[in-house]
Amino acid sequence: MIWIDNISKSYGERLALDSVSIQVDENEIFGLIGPDGAGKTSLFRILCSLIVPDSGKARIGNLDVVKDYRKIRKIIGYMPGRFSLYQDLTVEENLEFFATIFGTSIKENYDLIRDIYIHIEPFKNRKAGELSGGMKQKLALSCALIHRPEVLILDEPTTGVDAVSRKEFWEMLSRIREEGITIMVSTPYMDEAQLCDRVAFLQNGKLLTINTPEGIIQAYPKDILSIQSDNLYGVLMDVRNYPLVHSSLLFGHEVHYTEKGKSINQYQLKEYLKRKGHANVEMNLMKPGIEDSFLELMKE
Amino acid sequence: MKSFYGFIRKEFLHIFRDPRTLLILFGMPIAQIMIFGYVVTNEIRDIPIAILDQSKDQATREIGNKLISSGYFNLVMNLTSLDEVEPAMKRGNVKEVIVFEPDFRKKLESGIPGSVQIIADASDPNTANLIVNYTFGIMQDYMKQYQQGKPNIITPEVRMIYNEGLKGVYMFVPGTMALILMLISAMMTSISISREKELGTMEVLMVSPIKPFQIVVGKVVPYIVLSFINAVVIILLGFFVFGLPVKGSLILLLLESLLFISLALSLGILISTVSNSQMVAMFISLLGLMLPTILLSGFIYPIENMPLVLQLISNLMPPKWFIIVIKNIMIKGEGWQYIWKETLIMIGMTAFFLLVAIRKFKIRLE
Repeated sequence: MIWIDNISKSYGERLALDSVSIQVDENEIFGLIGPDGAGKTSLFRILCSLIVPDSGKARIGNLDVVKDYRKIRKIIGYMPGRFSLYQDLTVEENLEFFATIFGTSIKENYDLIRDIYIHIEPFKNRKAGELSGGMKQKLALSCALIHRPEVLILDEPTTGVDAVSRKEFWEMLSRIREEGITIMVSTPYMDEAQLCDRVAFLQNGKLLTINTPEGIIQAYPKDILSIQSDNLYGVLMDVRNYPLVHSSLLFGHEVHYTEKGKSINQYQLKEYLKRKGHANVEMNLMKPGIEDSFLELMKE
Repeated sequence: MKSFYGFIRKEFLHIFRDPRTLLILFGMPIAQIMIFGYVVTNEIRDIPIAILDQSKDQATREIGNKLISSGYFNLVMNLTSLDEVEPAMKRGNVKEVIVFEPDFRKKLESGIPGSVQIIADASDPNTANLIVNYTFGIMQDYMKQYQQGKPNIITPEVRMIYNEGLKGVYMFVPGTMALILMLISAMMTSISISREKELGTMEVLMVSPIKPFQIVVGKVVPYIVLSFINAVVIILLGFFVFGLPVKGSLILLLLESLLFISLALSLGILISTVSNSQMVAMFISLLGLMLPTILLSGFIYPIENMPLVLQLISNLMPPKWFIIVIKNIMIKGEGWQYIWKETLIMIGMTAFFLLVAIRKFKIRLE
């Protein structure tokens, strides 16, 4: 459905996208993961025909994003990263406005947005600027969907949204996909990668990997050890000075630890930590998560 | 077409939902007309004057007393010769000198008109005109008491110095009209377009089937309507509050106003294409439009008195032409044959600005 072929884009000296190629299949949820400044927004803006790539080509369906920009703008639904609705208009007025400029009406496509809109309908006479973050996102999604686009492009839709709303939001996306809409979504939250069919990981404008979430986890090259302790911070500091350490990262209440070799010598590590005064340490080999995979990719 | 109406509807919602916009749209015109009308022109109190009495008789003394006791004037100097007039005005801050010719009363008694020369500092033309009119009124009042039926025998001879033509009097209604229409049309549209850029909604609008042309026209239509209402309000205020009648054709006046509104709007669109935030749009509008409108259009300072360079620059100021047109229609009551040149200039400017604005209007973000 979406072909991105060797796209490069720079702003002055800074290279924002460096020969990125991605193919998105019809009717899949494709995630674009990457830290801030990775080039996610630039890529989406190119797809939406808002900016022109320096080199490379991109198509949606069989429409070129540069040449056929008029037609492209009819078949995509775009939700920018920043909340971009009219804050002084009410929820209903916003939705109505976007329906009319796309030449449709709320009634016509109500069934498509019903599941989402139903959450905010009780507040339909409230001004959009007075909504909570989660509700704003729902309204923006409704507005992006109101004309039943073929492709939905969502730029960091869950940034700044509470955990419950984020979960709801992803549930909505899978329902939208069932309607036959292809979704491309970006997020800085690595844990959300697992909710996509396939993900691409972007850093500094470079594409590091494209795979299914499972594929990315399976490609993880090392054993990984979870360390827990009552003095977690002290353990972390000391582990970092351990000669064999490859990576040691704090994940909530545990430290994820890998060694330079593939496997880990747990006994030696325990002895080292004991010498440093950490007696009460618990270690378990664990399955890597998607975040471990991404962090490893970023390290490389 | 339906989507276009939807767009215009949205614009009206923005305007009517924002108290600040409403205040600027409807509060400012009334406030400005009142300020320029009352405060700027009507403050005649304790004006410092000097008298050069070459006659020193009963009549001249009585006229002098009448002037001073009126409360409008304050005698600061008695002059003894004509040579002292200019120094007095320059150094003594005297705004008006009244010169009585020798043997003033004798002439009056023998039926020959007595001459009084009134010299006024017209560097502030409005005030000068008022001072002279007040002085003149007081003298005539005196004459009525004095002559009781005899023909008018004092002929005051008025001479305005520093601005002999006294251009710029009663300019405030045409000038304010130009100022307000310029400000509202250009500033409000440029702000409203750049607000969409600033808040990111332009990004969403661009990724929609609505055409840039429709966005611009949709932005402009509400302000055409509202500015036109303003123009009518100003004409009505001028008539009912300040008694400034429209001597020429009202329809012609309204059509010219509409033309000027379009001109200002096209300028507003042009400004919005170069500014990405409301602040920038506002500053460009205020500095680039309001100041020149006030200073260079002949609204406050007569163009004839400017240095040649500024006179040439003033030709580029759209409000200059509009002020000439409405002055001709409202005050002189002239018709189409006297304003077609200015009208053509305004049409040309509108076309030019629109063309540049449309060429510069972006279909993409960069």
